Amino acid sequence: MKESIKKPVLAVGPFHPLQEEMEFFQLTVDGEIVTDIDVRISYNHRGIEKISETLQFDQVPYLVSRICGICSASHPLAYVQAVEEIAGITPPERALYVRTIINELERIHSHMLWVGLAGHFIGYDTVFMWAWKYREPVLDLLEEITGNRNNYGNVKIGGCREDVPNEIIGKMLKELDALEKKTDMLTKAVLDDPVLHARLKGVGILSYEDAVKYAVTGPTARGSGVAIDVRRDDPYAAYADLDWNVITQPEGDVFAKAVVRLLEVFESIKIIRQAAKKLPDGPIAVEVKEIPAGEAVGHTEAPRGETFHYVRSDGGNRPVRHKVRAPSFVNVPSFKASCIGEEIPDVTITLAAVDPCYSCTERLAVIDENNKIVHDYETLLKLSREKTAKMKKEML
Amino acid sequence: MSWKIWSLKKSPWVFHVNVGACNNCDIEIVNCLTPKFDIERFGMKLVGSPRHADALLVTGVGTRQAVVRLREVYRQTSKPCVVFIIGACACGTGIFHNGYHVAGPVDKVIKEVDPNAIIAYVPGCPPKPEAIISGVVKALSAI
Amino acid sequence: MNQEELKNKISEIKDKLESIEQPLENRMYLTCKAENNYDISKFLFEDVKARFVTVTGIDAEHCFEVLYHFSYDQTSCVITVKAIISDRENPSIESITSILPAAEWIEREIHDVLGIDFKNHPNMRRLILSDDWPEGVYPLRKEIKK
Repeated sequence: MKESIKKPVLAVGPFHPLQEEMEFFQLTVDGEIVTDIDVRISYNHRGIEKISETLQFDQVPYLVSRICGICSASHPLAYVQAVEEIAGITPPERALYVRTIINELERIHSHMLWVGLAGHFIGYDTVFMWAWKYREPVLDLLEEITGNRNNYGNVKIGGCREDVPNEIIGKMLKELDALEKKTDMLTKAVLDDPVLHARLKGVGILSYEDAVKYAVTGPTARGSGVAIDVRRDDPYAAYADLDWNVITQPEGDVFAKAVVRLLEVFESIKIIRQAAKKLPDGPIAVEVKEIPAGEAVGHTEAPRGETFHYVRSDGGNRPVRHKVRAPSFVNVPSFKASCIGEEIPDVTITLAAVDPCYSCTERLAVIDENNKIVHDYETLLKLSREKTAKMKKEML
Repeated sequence: MSWKIWSLKKSPWVFHVNVGACNNCDIEIVNCLTPKFDIERFGMKLVGSPRHADALLVTGVGTRQAVVRLREVYRQTSKPCVVFIIGACACGTGIFHNGYHVAGPVDKVIKEVDPNAIIAYVPGCPPKPEAIISGVVKALSAI
Repeated sequence: MNQEELKNKISEIKDKLESIEQPLENRMYLTCKAENNYDISKFLFEDVKARFVTVTGIDAEHCFEVLYHFSYDQTSCVITVKAIISDRENPSIESITSILPAAEWIEREIHDVLGIDFKNHPNMRRLILSDDWPEGVYPLRKEIKK
């Protein structure tokens, strides 16, 4: 009799916004403990790989920048590097530096966004408001350089579309100085907070072995002690000329991933400062005539991990195959290793820890045996926040 | 002006529906809540259920899998409900118009459910938070 | 190991490969028949300790190509294993999910969009296409125009 009772299933989703990563989680729960996880994606599948085959080589960067709004500098860069590899094009030196600056600005605003959302999920709305306030100047800088706050569309085959004007550089460095001070304050506030220690340490652990087996990338991997970073391992743009560190943490829990992201903001600021100082004069693009037949791969380090593009050309003016692998496509399945055995109030933050994207956690619902919704998103968020508040009380 | 419309115009609560967006419009919507723009001071806030919402903020192209859920969400809102269609994809599927998995644009899907739906468009890729706020203000003063 | 040692290591499995191409110093393309792919992927992951990146499925008109991308980060080398499936009617290949759980999703995706069957895959349900997508229509095949 007892076996026939269906285990309660907690449904997370379906709305969640990356190219292939929009998902609908079904967590099988035993009391408060998650025992299994199943994922259904498709909600955000727009068929970009097929659309790409109908566009010309020079139009594709504008399509792939719309794969993910936050990685809208890394995706086109990976594609463009693949095409440049096929055609044997070397972009001018200044273009490489401009690409570096745009990509690092993107990393700063993406990491700040994550820190804010993570704070929101565990009931620290102050962190949310601070982090999002501090990332605004970065968006303004990007708007001033490329013309848009997001979706910069700034790389093209053979170089860049918009230059970083010399008169902006001074302003940019000043903004970064201000940002560094604020991030320093935020980092200390987050890392020294005993409640956050208690709330995030030991939660959602992804071990080193699992990180290798699930082939996770980016801060998710570096938070588990896997020291991979495409910027260092296969240097592109101007990263080989600059001096910076790969941040790793051995623990693999949510706290480690938060530390990695916060410290990477400082590394990014360091990279931009050096790039602005070394920025060579000269043109920002070379002329591209035609793309010969061939195949190539391009990969870049997006804020969430390695973005991988494979392009095949038959000598025409359109790619015959263009494969895109966004970082969350490998990071998300690792929930199978990190979520099982966790409590329901910890799931929101564990899911958020790989930085999949925002809206998924906005549409949570727990369903009991009769498919009746017992917990919706708000109650789950409340559960998560109550746990934080309880811990806070116990500490006082 | 009926009392329903009158009450709709004060402190509208919004529910955010993503039906296949690249995240940009969603981030800009959340940006509206943060200190620089802070629309919550006008009583606008994001709510967790369509049943509490006076307005829907819809972003994204409307993929085949998502439009089914969008229709359901629209049916669950209390009427009158203003549908704000945010971003180029949602307004006319934009760069994804010939995708095999696209069932949008969103206004077509909403009109299938309710031909008299109140729809407001905020174009842009993505629209800036200022544009979203201005769109909401314009739409609310027009009805 | 350095690039030279990596090349020597890979030549250990030469008899399973049709060809080894190296268009650039840090890009390698290994071509093989579909049935050898499992052993080669296992060798790259377990012996060479390369990092799995992703799988690309290609409809190459007369055959299907399944490309397994690995990255060997010490020498910044991207190794691509090209498995050729010549049977267009019933394309199938051995799944590598048992050695690499990271490949589970991408194999399901390729099954959805190209109709390639991955043998011994633990969970071959629909992943990327919508619930109402018709059976037997594979959008990334070349005969589908839109």
